[in-house]
Amino acid sequence: MKRELLKFGVFAILVLLAPLLFSGGYLMNVLVFVGINTMLAIGLNLLLGNAGQISLGHAGFFGMGAYISGILTATYAWNPWFAMPLAAVVVGLLAFLIGFPILKLKGHYLAMATLGLGIIVFIVFNETVDLTGGPSGLSGIPNLTMGSVTFDSDVKNYYLIWGFTLMIVLFAVNLANSRVGRALRAVHDSEVAAKVLGVNTSLLKVQIFTLSAVISSLAGSLYAHTMTFVAPASFGFNFSVELLTMVVIGGLGSVYGSFLGAALLTLLPEFLRAAHDYDIIIYGGLLMLMVMFMPGGLVRGVPDLFRKLFRRGKESGHA
Amino acid sequence: MQFDQILQYSLSGLSTGAIYALIGVGFSIIFNATGIINFAQGEFVMLGGMFTLLFLETLKLPLWAAIPCAIVASTVAGLLFERLAIRPLRQATPINLVIITIGGSILIRGLAMLSWGKDTHAIPPFSGDDPIAIAGATILPQHLWILAITVIIVIVNRIYFYHTISGKAMRACAYNRRAAGLVGIDVHRMVLFSFIISSAMGSIAGIIVAPLTMTAYDVGIMLGLKGFCAAIIGGMSSGIATVIGGLLLGVLESLGAGLISSGYKDAIAFIILLLILFIRPQGLFGKAESERV
Repeated sequence: MKRELLKFGVFAILVLLAPLLFSGGYLMNVLVFVGINTMLAIGLNLLLGNAGQISLGHAGFFGMGAYISGILTATYAWNPWFAMPLAAVVVGLLAFLIGFPILKLKGHYLAMATLGLGIIVFIVFNETVDLTGGPSGLSGIPNLTMGSVTFDSDVKNYYLIWGFTLMIVLFAVNLANSRVGRALRAVHDSEVAAKVLGVNTSLLKVQIFTLSAVISSLAGSLYAHTMTFVAPASFGFNFSVELLTMVVIGGLGSVYGSFLGAALLTLLPEFLRAAHDYDIIIYGGLLMLMVMFMPGGLVRGVPDLFRKLFRRGKESGHA
Repeated sequence: MQFDQILQYSLSGLSTGAIYALIGVGFSIIFNATGIINFAQGEFVMLGGMFTLLFLETLKLPLWAAIPCAIVASTVAGLLFERLAIRPLRQATPINLVIITIGGSILIRGLAMLSWGKDTHAIPPFSGDDPIAIAGATILPQHLWILAITVIIVIVNRIYFYHTISGKAMRACAYNRRAAGLVGIDVHRMVLFSFIISSAMGSIAGIIVAPLTMTAYDVGIMLGLKGFCAAIIGGMSSGIATVIGGLLLGVLESLGAGLISSGYKDAIAFIILLLILFIRPQGLFGKAESERV
């Protein structure tokens, strides 16, 4: 546990110092999105990496958080700090209720059911034009404020978002090392064995699904308030797949892996601006290559690779 | 509510349903032979339409020649997909298979976008555009083509699975892959066959529907998902149950779009999908089984 705290400490310091290195405006903006995506990837990773349950509908929960916050603050002039927890509660409740029937399904069926759920939510965003503004989106969402500070610049948003992200990181690290985390891993390895050992597997799965949805909703609310504009296109099936890619690339079950995956997939398109249309191919290709050659993700695959190279070097040295 | 209106929606629903049925049967064939839900299934439907376009417009072949060429080309794509993506996978857990077939579908879609652009393309109907009147409703000749070709494929499918050695071997794999291997069936080859058959069927579905709905690089996602829906209603059967599932879905969707709201048309299929998965995961016609839940 001490090592975990040390790791977190180093990570937090790096995150807090980063703006000093990249004071240039545009990259700060991208780093804000790295924060939001890290939150989302950690949320999905709790479900996929720790409990072994796939979801292809997480963009839906993200979108619900964003829209509930957006509508309450832009249309009904609520205080964002009240809208955000309310959105999280509503999304959590919904995930909890749908969790029981949906998590009874396994593997491919769970993937399809969550995908279907995500698409239904996406269609609702598009069709309830009076509420959400439909395909053209909802604008005029206020920035968050704290006392006299309004979070309206990239640097301010950076600290706001990363403040939340660091809390989620700490929470996820703690959870993984707690009794609940161990129970989750037991469910991942063998649901039957976990059940035999006295883990209420169906409830546990629903709880982690709910938690993961709540984190996504929170990320959605923060997204809405930093962007001040939301449109359905950001919450479609493609984004669910992008989140999945982040988790798989980073490493299933690894909190810092989620950060790596999120950072890589958020920064990559920025550097590949010229190759804009190719990014979809790169996602697909990366996803396939990772599963084939590095199923443990970057956090496990890269050290393994080094170890292998190093050992080979040594052996040839002996010969 | 008028009778001829309902008839009209049902008739056009039947032909879309036939497409879903073909795609759904393709899903089931792979699932039964391998236990894989191929998320890239819809992309072969898209490839069917796009390859037809390529042979028609770029290579200037007549329609009757372009279609078989397109089927062959999409089938080769299916074969390559199995060889390059499915077979090399070492840790073939369901989640890894989901991820790799999703990765494959994105890759295929991306390559199609690069080769053919983002535009929507039209393919000429097989035999003219003159509507045919049936009891107050009208249908297009293409609707008849779709229904006829679906019937033929279902019959050929049935003959293959029940009256040829290779079809019977494939059914043996569906019952028990290990036992099939023990009696000397080359399971790997059957897996490859299942991908070949299902990509061929998918591409045919894509070709016959293209004159009605147009085609573009991204039509595969929705069609694939609806096909999966049909397969779920049919309990993942590679026979008549999935065909009925597809037709049912097509008609319900068309009625829903016509009578309730066209904006929610796509949602109808997914609501049905969720309901079936929650309430009758063995399909509408299947016997209870605990595999999926």
